[in-house]
Amino acid sequence: MGTFHQDKGELHGITVVVDTVGDEVYIGRCDEMTEERILLHDVDVHRDGEDGRSKDEYVERAARFGIWKKLEQLAIPTEAIASVRRLGDL
Amino acid sequence: MPYSPLMVNPMKEELTSIGFQELLTPEDVDAFMSEREGTALLVINSVCGCAAGQARPGVHLALENESRPDRLVTVFAGQDTEATKQARSYFEDIPPSSPSIALFKNSELVYFVPRHRIESRSAEEVAADLKSAFDRYFAVAPAS
Repeated sequence: MGTFHQDKGELHGITVVVDTVGDEVYIGRCDEMTEERILLHDVDVHRDGEDGRSKDEYVERAARFGIWKKLEQLAIPTEAIASVRRLGDL
Repeated sequence: MPYSPLMVNPMKEELTSIGFQELLTPEDVDAFMSEREGTALLVINSVCGCAAGQARPGVHLALENESRPDRLVTVFAGQDTEATKQARSYFEDIPPSSPSIALFKNSELVYFVPRHRIESRSAEEVAADLKSAFDRYFAVAPAS
């Protein structure tokens, strides 16, 4: 038994890694993904090289332990997105 | 604000009906953690159907394994908030997520399944992950 969600697509409620064409990578719980944007909740952000970690190193650690939320909500425009992956698949 | 018991109680009963003890207060959590001997499984339950709807049946299936924890306990995130906060204080290095599952051996956290490793999996996949961890951490060595 669980709660019910509006039909917001297959990634709704799933923790995803949104890599960008820039230095930032975001990890958060996907609310919805449209042609214009992806909307995330409970978001962590990492910039390439921050704390001595590359984007890949940060994502690898997040896949093992999870993320510390830095932002309640964030909308990322499609043109800024390089890839969207499920964190649980990494 | 906590959820309505009408909504939450059936989700709690999915675990209490198979032997889980609810930890409702910080004192309950501390009493559980003070028992340092043996093995235990803690489920941080939640209302989210995307993940908790797979976690609870996954745990149920995993407990069919030969190696299994001695004690089964649960807190409910978003409902029993103080108990959940206290439970998380015992593994502060790990980012909070719910549902999630923690395995302890002699009070030490030995394995943790965060939400993102539950939400995109089936109950059977969650169970397989847990069974593997039970075998690794809880299997009793054969007498020589």
